[in-house]
Amino acid sequence: MQSKNLLELASAISSGAVRVVDLTFTLSPDFPVIVLPPEFGQAAPVRIQEISRYDGRGPAWYWNNVTFGEHTGTHFDAPIHWFTGKDLPNNAVDTMPPKDMIAPACVIDCSAQAARDADFVLTVPDVEAWETKHGRIPPRHWVLLRTDWSKKGWRDYANLRDDGAHTPGPNPAVMKWLVEERGVIGFGTETIGTDAGQAGHFDPPYPAHHFLHGAGRYGLQCLCNLDQLPPTGAVIVASPLKIQNGSGSPLRVIALVAST
Amino acid sequence: MIEPIKPPRRKNPLLRTRLPASPPRPRSRTSHGFTRAAAEGRFMLQRCAACGSFAYPAREACPSCLSVGLVFIDAPRRGMLLAETTARVPSDVYFRERAPWRIGLVKMDCGPSIVAHLHADCVEGAAVRMSLQLDKSGQAVAFAHPEGETPNMADDRQWREMTADPKFRRVLVTNGRNMIGQEAVAALKAAGAKTVFVGVAEPWRPFAGEERLRGQDGIEIVTLDAADEKSAADLAADIGGKVDILVNTTEYVRPGGLLDRRGTSIARDEIDQAYLGFINLAQAFGPAMRMRGADGINSSSAWVNILSVYALANWPAFGAYSASQAACLSLSHCLRAELRPGGVKVMNLFTGPVDTEWFQTVPPPKVAPRAIAQAIVSGLKGGLEEVYVGDVAEEIRQRLAANPKALERELDR
Repeated sequence: MQSKNLLELASAISSGAVRVVDLTFTLSPDFPVIVLPPEFGQAAPVRIQEISRYDGRGPAWYWNNVTFGEHTGTHFDAPIHWFTGKDLPNNAVDTMPPKDMIAPACVIDCSAQAARDADFVLTVPDVEAWETKHGRIPPRHWVLLRTDWSKKGWRDYANLRDDGAHTPGPNPAVMKWLVEERGVIGFGTETIGTDAGQAGHFDPPYPAHHFLHGAGRYGLQCLCNLDQLPPTGAVIVASPLKIQNGSGSPLRVIALVAST
Repeated sequence: MIEPIKPPRRKNPLLRTRLPASPPRPRSRTSHGFTRAAAEGRFMLQRCAACGSFAYPAREACPSCLSVGLVFIDAPRRGMLLAETTARVPSDVYFRERAPWRIGLVKMDCGPSIVAHLHADCVEGAAVRMSLQLDKSGQAVAFAHPEGETPNMADDRQWREMTADPKFRRVLVTNGRNMIGQEAVAALKAAGAKTVFVGVAEPWRPFAGEERLRGQDGIEIVTLDAADEKSAADLAADIGGKVDILVNTTEYVRPGGLLDRRGTSIARDEIDQAYLGFINLAQAFGPAMRMRGADGINSSSAWVNILSVYALANWPAFGAYSASQAACLSLSHCLRAELRPGGVKVMNLFTGPVDTEWFQTVPPPKVAPRAIAQAIVSGLKGGLEEVYVGDVAEEIRQRLAANPKALERELDR
């Protein structure tokens, strides 16, 4: 690729010919986190503590100390996050290839189904139906599941009931198929996890985690603004923090979308 | 007869909020025997081990036989009001602002005569029942009550200075997600609190009892994650000037000590929830409470902590939790000193294992959350600082006082 093409991209971004869509929720203490049974270790919630704010603690400057778990807010899952990916090379956020941080996306709109059924699961026929309209999912593409879940209030967003969370996600067959038959680079959702709220009862449990990470692929969750992306053609920039041997991290996810 | 107090009207915003003044503080070291008794709601006097006579005020030697063997022990409360007087223009700022103020001389059945603050229904020549109370400077004073119940007794103006009665006050119960919090809300409401604000962290998580809290008159659910600095500050920005009593119902119990846990994640959570949560609440709500200590009928009056009695002596089965509670106990003494200028009491309730999920495998006796709630209310009404709820807490206290080393070995089981 010639450098002038890259400069053209930069000027297209600057002019607005290429739109930059922010797919990220604000990292804040209010945002729901994954809930595990209390006897398990828990993700530390997001905490923002002022160091100083133009005051006696620092008269001219404002800054904070921030603490959070690797899997809070809009965040990235690296293969090392799951037992299936624990022995893969370069499986953590600090060692993953930087080129994997930029990749195109296919956006599958299941917002209508998710509105009808909080436990909607994506299946192979659903994706095949999408492919008949938009073409076969090319290798090394993100598949992003649009459910409009990000537009809900936090309680409906987490949607916890006495038998667990009820949020949409993929079934085991489609995850295996996307990884093995379509070679996706990763799978992204608007919900708290890449897996459905009830995915602990699937076989295998948490199939998105199981198959993606077992094959060295990635997960993105708590995305928003997926409704602003075209079904194909958007380019996702997702570079997690370079945490030593990190299993994931909150990050800023943006999408580049050609305006025409 | 006491006129019942009326619900306070809204404040006139043209008037300055009066700052709290304190009654005289100085006491001898020996006199703090009364402070300890008052903090726990006991009536204790010095009694001579040699001749058996009671003494008052606190002395270094027995006024009857000059023995130095004077010991504070629980004493009979009954006496007779010999004489009374009304101070109309006292020189002390605190009493001047509250004049006229009645005091009297009480001849105790057990011997000594005591100068005491008087309940309005105390009559010269009649029997009285004596108590030791902590005044607005946190020091022990004697208070004479009529011997029997009288109408609207708790509404007495001078008595209310000694207590933190929830009647007509606005209370923040910091955590309404747990049973202790929910029972506290109900008990405080029943005790006449005007409003009970109930903190709920992470409102997106449903919790048991939520329906019952919602939609009740005088109960306002507010978002509060005490462990989050900003959450506490944000809530204080909204209601900080309306919190007259703060009841810290943070509850974060996890089993385990040091060696059978891996890493510090749980310990961090314990510290975040209990200790840093306490700091966040204190920094958010403390300054306004200290400033509003003399703000009328619904002046700010008390801060309540619910602590594990294992704050006093580590229970290794819940060893790290015990340590987090010990940190909170230490902090409570700091808070007590810092709220003192406002006349705001800090009341610590010590409990043994509570009948909740995290103590599921602990055999009884366990403390019912309702018993804690009732102890909160009676402690506030009595103006106490130290309350031991349930048999386990009381027993640990006694064993600690008798032999701390023995207790340490006994808890190591």
